[in-house]
Amino acid sequence: MTTPNTIAARARITAVTSGKGGVGKTFMAANLAAALTRRGERVLVLDADLGLANLDVVLNLHPKITLHDVFTGKAELEDAILPAPGGFSVLLAGSGLVEYSRLTPEVREQLLSVIDKVAPRFDRILLDTGAGISDVVLYAVSLASEVMVVATPEPTSLTDAYATIKVLAGQQHRRVIKLVVNQVSRLGEGRVIRGQLQQVVDRYVSNGTDTPLKLELLGEVPTDTAVRDAVQRRQLLLETLPGSAAAKAVGAIADKLIA
Amino acid sequence: MPVQSPPAYKPPTTLRLQTALQLLAQSGHMLPADAPQGSLPWLQAVIDGLCTLSSRDVLTGLSNRRQFELAIAREIDRVARAGEPALVLMADIDHFKRVNDTHGHAAGDEVIRAVAQSLQDCVRPMDTVARFGGEEFAIILPNCPPAFGHTVAERIRTKVQRRPVTVAPGIEVAITISIGGAFAPQWVRSSAPLWIERADQQLYRAKAEGRNRACLEQPTVLQVSPEEKGLLFGTSQFQDFE
Repeated sequence: MTTPNTIAARARITAVTSGKGGVGKTFMAANLAAALTRRGERVLVLDADLGLANLDVVLNLHPKITLHDVFTGKAELEDAILPAPGGFSVLLAGSGLVEYSRLTPEVREQLLSVIDKVAPRFDRILLDTGAGISDVVLYAVSLASEVMVVATPEPTSLTDAYATIKVLAGQQHRRVIKLVVNQVSRLGEGRVIRGQLQQVVDRYVSNGTDTPLKLELLGEVPTDTAVRDAVQRRQLLLETLPGSAAAKAVGAIADKLIA
Repeated sequence: MPVQSPPAYKPPTTLRLQTALQLLAQSGHMLPADAPQGSLPWLQAVIDGLCTLSSRDVLTGLSNRRQFELAIAREIDRVARAGEPALVLMADIDHFKRVNDTHGHAAGDEVIRAVAQSLQDCVRPMDTVARFGGEEFAIILPNCPPAFGHTVAERIRTKVQRRPVTVAPGIEVAITISIGGAFAPQWVRSSAPLWIERADQQLYRAKAEGRNRACLEQPTVLQVSPEEKGLLFGTSQFQDFE
């Protein structure tokens, strides 16, 4: 695995990953990008879910040019960078990328070269990775200087988040992993979950190593009907219902990410 | 509605089978004597024979590269679904060029055949031993726990080392092999090229460290044990939220 920070870049590269699918990873990446944009950052969301991209669905975009076209040499990278509703930019994978769900040396190089080219023009790149811990996901995460794991309080999500954290600690020697707990049913649940995960990490992952792994809680997002409404309308929560509890929570996460 | 039976098989009036039959005869493949020539069972036997021919390596009788690609794709599917550990070993004959240069290509062929036999003798019936190319072999070991990986690789390595090959009357050549191995990542769908590449990297390591040795990639432990789950979900603090 490539060590983090191998890219000479201006942009801070943050990978958003989850282990389990359907926990709101893409929702988080898109709305966080909007929140960071409002706070003055130039943000690019790169759909690194090469096998099963759905950032375009979340943002209701119908791109004519995607990463697929760039990878196959049919289009220039410039033309694939699209403006998104929240004022940030996106690089969409495109559904034609199914063949890239397997990590070949070419995919590795292409992804690396794309990030290298865009990095100087943004303050932050959010890598929206696929679910699971496939080669592609692990590789995409390895390109990021920081990792954010999105989990819900659901046991399967927590187990998968833990498995992901464990792999990242082992393969990429991460010392800090940021945690976002989505869909909490009460205030403080995120803190409890972070504590639980940290406890297992201390016992089974950091134990015996000289590089203990610290889980840092970026924030929690409450279960909120506003989220469902926004997702169904295929709009950004921060655009349609900025006053909702979930939108405010995402804003707080952006604040903490910048700090 | 009455169930329609499929149309009866009508053999075409002429089939060009001469080359196929020649190939089968040349490789010593026997067709069933009790099936009349041109009958459906006979044709099936011809097809089966051709399939076997096209999946075997001519020199060694091992699986050939084509059969290996099929087997590894199948294994990747199985691992992704069942999460069973599986190992791929790449083995390469050390200093093979020397054998060829010193004793000739026929001797080289003999060495390749002998090593192939040694590899085949060391594995289970479910394992796939293939000639990957030249003097390189690949072995797929399904359901091979990480703890056994090194033992298997060592067994193969020592087996080859202990069996000098008679390349000509009165001429014995000592042969060693280097082995590299990598486990399929559990519950992750890998790809054949990536898996082979990882095993190949270990093979390079084995060569670089002096040959006649087996190097295996240390597998990443991805599974969450019951103890870990217990600690993750079991404490009273968490139960407040259940």
